Amino acid sequence: MAELYDEIQKAAARYPQRRSAVMPALRLAQEHYGWLSPDALREVADALDLTPADVEAVATFYDMFNLEPVGRHLVEVCTNLSCALAGARQVVEALEIELGIAPGETSDDGEVTFRLIECAGGCGYAPVVVVDHAYREPTRPADVPGLVEELRGR
Amino acid sequence: MAAELTVLTGADERDLTRLDEYRTVGGYRQLARARRMTPATVIERISKASLRGRGGAGFPMGRKLSLVPPADKRQGPAYVVANADESEPGAFKDREIIRRVPHRFLEGCLIAAHAIQAEAVFIYIRGEYLAEALVLEAAIEEARRAGLFGQVKVVLHRGAGAYICGEESALLESLEGSRGQPRPRPPFPPVAGLYMQPTLINNTQTLASVPAIMELGAERYAELGVASAPGTVVYSLSGNVTSPGNYELPLGVTLRELIFEHGQGVADGRALKAIIPGGSSVPVFTPDQLDVQLDFDSVQAAGSYLGSAAVIVVDDRACMVQLALRAEKFYMHESCGKCTPCREGTRWLVRLLEKIEAGDGTQADLDLVVEVCSRIEGKSLCALGDFAVWCVGSYVEKFRGEFQRHVDEGRCPYGGESSTEGVPAPSDQHIHTAMAQVPA
Repeated sequence: MAELYDEIQKAAARYPQRRSAVMPALRLAQEHYGWLSPDALREVADALDLTPADVEAVATFYDMFNLEPVGRHLVEVCTNLSCALAGARQVVEALEIELGIAPGETSDDGEVTFRLIECAGGCGYAPVVVVDHAYREPTRPADVPGLVEELRGR
Repeated sequence: MAAELTVLTGADERDLTRLDEYRTVGGYRQLARARRMTPATVIERISKASLRGRGGAGFPMGRKLSLVPPADKRQGPAYVVANADESEPGAFKDREIIRRVPHRFLEGCLIAAHAIQAEAVFIYIRGEYLAEALVLEAAIEEARRAGLFGQVKVVLHRGAGAYICGEESALLESLEGSRGQPRPRPPFPPVAGLYMQPTLINNTQTLASVPAIMELGAERYAELGVASAPGTVVYSLSGNVTSPGNYELPLGVTLRELIFEHGQGVADGRALKAIIPGGSSVPVFTPDQLDVQLDFDSVQAAGSYLGSAAVIVVDDRACMVQLALRAEKFYMHESCGKCTPCREGTRWLVRLLEKIEAGDGTQADLDLVVEVCSRIEGKSLCALGDFAVWCVGSYVEKFRGEFQRHVDEGRCPYGGESSTEGVPAPSDQHIHTAMAQVPA
């Protein structure tokens, strides 16, 4: 993809050393393909003159890089201490019921991936749910049906 | 008269994300002033103000600045790296600073860049903070177009989800395009940091405090806070408290004032059980410690750390074994895998705590928790291993009776009724390898 290649070159030009652009390049590739397949990793590696192993080492380290296909929507729930104290478990359970899937799973229609995340930095507005990278703070169990309905409509 | 705030000043009254509004409250004037001073004078001013790092360690910023070799005594460029990878459970202050006073933070970065004659400023913001990255990106563009950067290059770098990258040497590795795993030190970043060049690395709030210091000077800045730690800090208050949120207050306010005056007390009229004073990593406090002052030295003298000034309030509905287990799962997940004591030890602690919480733990298991903690602490390249045991170790120490009851009664004394019952967690580790078979 010439377009992705060009964007990666632009990202690389911002750094004194091109290798620093691995993370932005992986993000670009993920935005482009939805997830980071072995082919996408190779594409990033070629664009930055790195080996696929270099790039895979980075991609496998960070939680936000998807090494498997994900749904069109991403629903993430923080269950760290402050969210746990504010009832994150009940929010997770409400999402399990409404989405019909467990954390770590993607719905059969490929619409929604549901996962648990570590502290998202919304502790004062807990429990935190992140929908397609936008924070919903706080999200109570009662908010969940509406949230899921909204997602299905999008 | 002393100012009340030094970081979020003016943000309640105006939209300080806009350059013109920031200018109306004196924005970028301190940068202009600093640029008329020699770098040494700027360093002296910051040193005199005794600004201690707000990221967790409380290291004086002036000392860090002084450790960077001056321009005529080094080869190649120097860099400023701003640590906006806020990930400490309980902390959400840098997020607010970036959302509300991005230009003040940028001004602080640029003053620091002048102080060490840096070629570029790299801002490493955690990947989850997308809304904040967009605010910051807009502020950067506005400041760039207004010609405020001069010769300095400013690069916004987004993380991708890894607690460890808030650790400075792991952050540098990550910024260089590697896995975020800490480096052995020395050399320290001021000598050999990003690309092995002299690098000043500071937390977001530390840098956002610099314009006020330039404006007020050391004496007036010291009218706020305590002698060993002047100034204000944004406390992140969360957990079972009536009014959680960020509160910018002078260093040295007591836990009682923060929780009961600003936070309006424990939520739902419950009893206070425990207080985590500085983010999930630090040793826990009990209600008899409410009069401890929240500054670096006072909290340390009381047996914990101010850390990132993230205060988590825990009421009597929470089971401390469950809380310990949830905290430890976090450290297990976030351990980068480089050092064996941390990588394997956190897994082992999770297994032991799961067993104790399930009511299957023996006396030997409980003793082993303490033993494993002592085998992790101080034995890794960075502090994550320490964090992983300060929390759990202190819960056992301060709430031994509760842990003991799990063992003696063969069940959780809360009988499924605690607020933290069965809270799930991401279960893998960043190293993504199969779990080692550890005895537990």
